[in-house]
Amino acid sequence: MRHPFFIFPLILCVLGPPSCRGGRVQKDLIVAGSTSIQPFADKWAEVFMEKRPGLGINVQGGGSSAGIQACKSGACQIGMSSRELKKDEKDLTEIVIARDGLAIIVHPSNPVRGATLAQVKQIFSGDLTNWKFLGGPDKAITVVTREEGSGTRGAFQELVMGKIRIFRGAITEDSNGTVREIVAHDPHSVGFISLGLVNEQVRALALDGVEGSEASIVAGRYKLVRPFLFLTKGEPTGSAKEFIDFVLSDEGQALVKKEGLIPVK
Amino acid sequence: MNRLERKDRLVRLALLVVAFSAVSILAVITVFMFEQGTPIIFKYGVKNFLAGSDWYPSEKSFGLWPMIVGSIYVTFGALVIGVPFGLACAIVLTEFASKRVRGLIKPVVELLAGIPSVVYGFMGVVILVPFIRETFGGPGLSVLAASIILGIMILPTIISISVDSIQALPPAYREGSVALGATKWQTVRMVLLPAARSGIIASIILGMGRAIGETMATIMIAGNAVSVPGSILAPVRTLTSNIALEMSYATGEHRQALFATGVILFIIIMILNTVANATSARRKKAKG
Repeated sequence: MRHPFFIFPLILCVLGPPSCRGGRVQKDLIVAGSTSIQPFADKWAEVFMEKRPGLGINVQGGGSSAGIQACKSGACQIGMSSRELKKDEKDLTEIVIARDGLAIIVHPSNPVRGATLAQVKQIFSGDLTNWKFLGGPDKAITVVTREEGSGTRGAFQELVMGKIRIFRGAITEDSNGTVREIVAHDPHSVGFISLGLVNEQVRALALDGVEGSEASIVAGRYKLVRPFLFLTKGEPTGSAKEFIDFVLSDEGQALVKKEGLIPVK
Repeated sequence: MNRLERKDRLVRLALLVVAFSAVSILAVITVFMFEQGTPIIFKYGVKNFLAGSDWYPSEKSFGLWPMIVGSIYVTFGALVIGVPFGLACAIVLTEFASKRVRGLIKPVVELLAGIPSVVYGFMGVVILVPFIRETFGGPGLSVLAASIILGIMILPTIISISVDSIQALPPAYREGSVALGATKWQTVRMVLLPAARSGIIASIILGMGRAIGETMATIMIAGNAVSVPGSILAPVRTLTSNIALEMSYATGEHRQALFATGVILFIIIMILNTVANATSARRKKAKG
């Protein structure tokens, strides 16, 4: 066997997602991309499929970048992205389906109640290393960040850090949940997670004097907001359009609100 | 050729095919990994990959140095903790323990090997990390925490292989030593351990392999910061953690860089194994 690799595409096609098998799948609507949006898309799909029997909706993860790629290549009808599109990705149609705040979280026992965005930037760039500069105890700050490639990290980088890098010594975790878990147990740590996931184990800092909440986001006063995007190649048509219309309807948006996101309307 | 001979041949052939399938899987993995991982190493330069200390894949900077150092630190730390405990346990089990004690300890040690690594990681996060944070300061997620947990994880490997190699020694060694008037401890130290050396070294090599390859527990307790740790209380990222942490979202060159991480890990393990095998072979030769 001189070319053992010819087996791989074959195996991938047998085991892989139904999208490459053809046949009946043509009818299924494939939604793929950001893992931050995926749980919400699952909810929407579940409710929508009840309303429209016969229509299958297949929600897949993979991350924002993968979703954008899949949408471009036609592997899915709707791509999901939890970050803004880059210049070379702008040829896709963007539909903002919800917005999500980013919260800077600390341990509940931490006396520091707020910070300026500039201070947050300095903390994550490694220039500000002690809580005493923020009016807290004389303790070193433990910085917790997300891994490279994460949409949440991408949004934080864009909204807070700009061109400055998150410093190398930051503890790195691979989900919102683990970041929250670490901050909940380490009294001197700071991290960032989706605003909807803040619970009583951690406390969100006020930024530039503004508490993160639905009201402050809608009023445009809370700055750390990222869009959740649905992407289509050209204008949405057929079942993709129906699904997007449902997501943007009052019913779809109510679901968003229940899960801690900020509706677009 | 009669019927039996033909059957014999057929069986032999079938066994050969099955035996070689293991080898060919290794070959396919190796070829695939190198095919995916090496182009990007050469594109950005071997030196930048190995000696660069910036890992920012989104900005096309792929320095693996902190992870290489991290893997070595954590593995070395695990050996520092695992080898003395493991060896001591092996000596007690073979030479000093009564039959009843042995019957109790041995199954427990074997059970230790069956605990999934995610459970070790969880115990580390829940018990060890807060303990380190409160006692020594720092974030708790650290080289120290990872070393202790990995040290415990490699205990069963070190103990069981060392026990086997000590038990395999001819009884004449023990009897001769005692007949010369040596105490039990002198016998262990001067006769049994040197005689069982190659087996003990093999156990350490296997333990090292387990420690350097461990991923889940390390991700949970090492903190995963991409910087060369300044102390044993600083967080650290290993090569394996790097792959597992970022695999899910990586695309394009980022993904290739993760394959490259695998290539580097592969090479490091090959080097370690070769060095370890060579030393044990040389010692055997010098002895014989």
